[in-house]
Amino acid sequence: MTIQFNEETYRDDYTFYNSDAAVKRFPFPFDKDDYMYSVNIEPHVKGPLGSVFEYRFDVDEHYVSEMKDRALVLDEDPLRFQSLPHMTLAGWDFLELIMVSKSEDYPDLFELHRDENRWRWINKPLNIDDSFVFLDEATLPYGPMEYITRQTQGDHVLLDQRDDMLWMDAGMVTSQADWSLDFNVGMNWVEWHSPVPFIHQNGIIDRALKFLLNIQQGIPVRRLNWTMTVNPRLDTSPENYHKWGIEKSTITRENIGEKQYLRVELQTLYRLPRSNALVFPIRCYMLKFQDLMTIPKWGRRLHRVIRDLPDELATYKGFIDNREIMLEYLAPFDDGLPTSKGIFPDLESEPYLTEFGSLN
Amino acid sequence: MRGAERIPVKITKITQINELVKRFQFERIDGGSLPIFSAGAHTVVEMQDGNTKRLNPYSLMSDPYDPSFYAVSVLRNDDGRGGSLFMHKHFKVGDETTISYPVNLFSLDLRARKHLFFAGGIGITPFLAQILQLEASNGFWELHYGCRSKSLSSYADELIENYPTKTHVYYLEESQKIDLDKLLKMQAVGTHLYVCGPKGMINWVCDTAFQLGWPKGTVHYEEFIAPKPGKPFKVRLASSQKTINVGEHESFLEAMERKGVEAPYLCRGGSCGQCEVEVIDCEGDLIHLDHWLTEEDRAMGKKIMPCVSRFEGKKLVIKL
Repeated sequence: MTIQFNEETYRDDYTFYNSDAAVKRFPFPFDKDDYMYSVNIEPHVKGPLGSVFEYRFDVDEHYVSEMKDRALVLDEDPLRFQSLPHMTLAGWDFLELIMVSKSEDYPDLFELHRDENRWRWINKPLNIDDSFVFLDEATLPYGPMEYITRQTQGDHVLLDQRDDMLWMDAGMVTSQADWSLDFNVGMNWVEWHSPVPFIHQNGIIDRALKFLLNIQQGIPVRRLNWTMTVNPRLDTSPENYHKWGIEKSTITRENIGEKQYLRVELQTLYRLPRSNALVFPIRCYMLKFQDLMTIPKWGRRLHRVIRDLPDELATYKGFIDNREIMLEYLAPFDDGLPTSKGIFPDLESEPYLTEFGSLN
Repeated sequence: MRGAERIPVKITKITQINELVKRFQFERIDGGSLPIFSAGAHTVVEMQDGNTKRLNPYSLMSDPYDPSFYAVSVLRNDDGRGGSLFMHKHFKVGDETTISYPVNLFSLDLRARKHLFFAGGIGITPFLAQILQLEASNGFWELHYGCRSKSLSSYADELIENYPTKTHVYYLEESQKIDLDKLLKMQAVGTHLYVCGPKGMINWVCDTAFQLGWPKGTVHYEEFIAPKPGKPFKVRLASSQKTINVGEHESFLEAMERKGVEAPYLCRGGSCGQCEVEVIDCEGDLIHLDHWLTEEDRAMGKKIMPCVSRFEGKKLVIKL
């Protein structure tokens, strides 16, 4: 399998685009016609061929451009990467996890050669060929976490586990949905979740924490989360809000299909072997409304979800001001037909009819 | 969670360490690598003891960075329910069984400037792995190890030989005792202490540290509780509509498993919280033997940890 990498930008002229194949494999986050926060976690096992769940760390057509954008963000603001001193071992654990996974899953793109602690890493898309000594920081151009996350799509957070609590003690965060590592670093799970609406009800946050504390080596898990972004900008950070916040007011009836993106995070969690820390990769996928509407099931469902979403969530996710205009755009794509279960496009069974025929 | 992932292994070596302790070495049946682990982790060993399937946790003592084998050391407990006795009497080199992926409830706090270890008896085993992990990264540690006698000590001689300046062994038989007060007072800021051993020792070390003003987050302990035998009792499971009779020599969790109930678990030693179940109705006394539930939880009487805890009384109904 060879990937054709896109030449594209995530800022200024915004030339980012999704190929037809990328549209069809987009991880649409709604498995039914309504949405509410839940602990929607499942084992991160090998998913359908060609889907974003097929491999442990998905590499797609955006890889090279996304890494260029990360380098630009880091040049302007080096604090987007931080690692407290005790997290270096977890950084090595994570470097190993990625190198082993990518070299096994994409042998034509990545190679890892190991002779005890002497390792050679070849990353063909980024033209990297480095030899180093595993667990010896002096032999890499950056610390282990920064080194490998400059070569891996998605944001990545290392969570130290102590006193029955998780602590955000390291991270590479340049493609985030409006949160700041520099602000959150060193905080614990309860602290950094305090702004999220609804999760303090029914003990959701306590149950989720207990689940995460017990995540085991060899059993990674995943969930999807989502928000909305105007223009395909990866770096929607609080630090740069003055650059992108204003873009939300540029949405019109005419340009919404082109400018409004559904932004989906594929979040995974792995227990790391040597450090006993957790790593939390947050991989971002963006797809413009216009492309989403090429999948009839997604058109119907997105309209219903956005229409019925509680105001608190639309506010928290930052699109309450544009909700009316979104619904105006989406309504014509909702013909009232039922939708099939699950997130996949199901184009072959389109339109989806229940066993009783059409409900309408 | 129904326990951690399991790995098929064979026993490749058994060593009698002293009259009461045996060391068991496990390797993968397929010859492959075992997972690298973080020191302080345990594994849950499966034993088929007649009709009873036992799943007992033991601390991993082997080198965490060596994936070729795992080792545990087991103290024979003649008064226990039989797990350790089974391993001592029945496990032979070449036997096959399963062990779980490593689970760590006693990990090193990597923020520590110094790691100060207190071991009592067989409680030495997690520290053997932690010492190897710290030695690999030039970490700063010191061990204080209490044993009954020279003849019943495990690994004391090797530790003294390999790390003569860092190892301090105390033999009860010779009336040697750790001068804990003095030792804790002389530690530099940034020291974390870890204690593993009998309950009395854990309480003594932790209480002394807290009295001297050590911050809570710098004091770490692990006590695996083997489920204790106790009077038989009867439990009603509301959701699965089953009545379970828990026998004298089995745990509440084991009794449910024997009846085919898919109850969650992880450590099976009262520490991880995974097996917690809700009590719907209780006429009698919940006998809490775990480390998980808080004082408030116990006072409320609405939760029980079936891996180690028991019940005495007329009626118990749980939500499972």
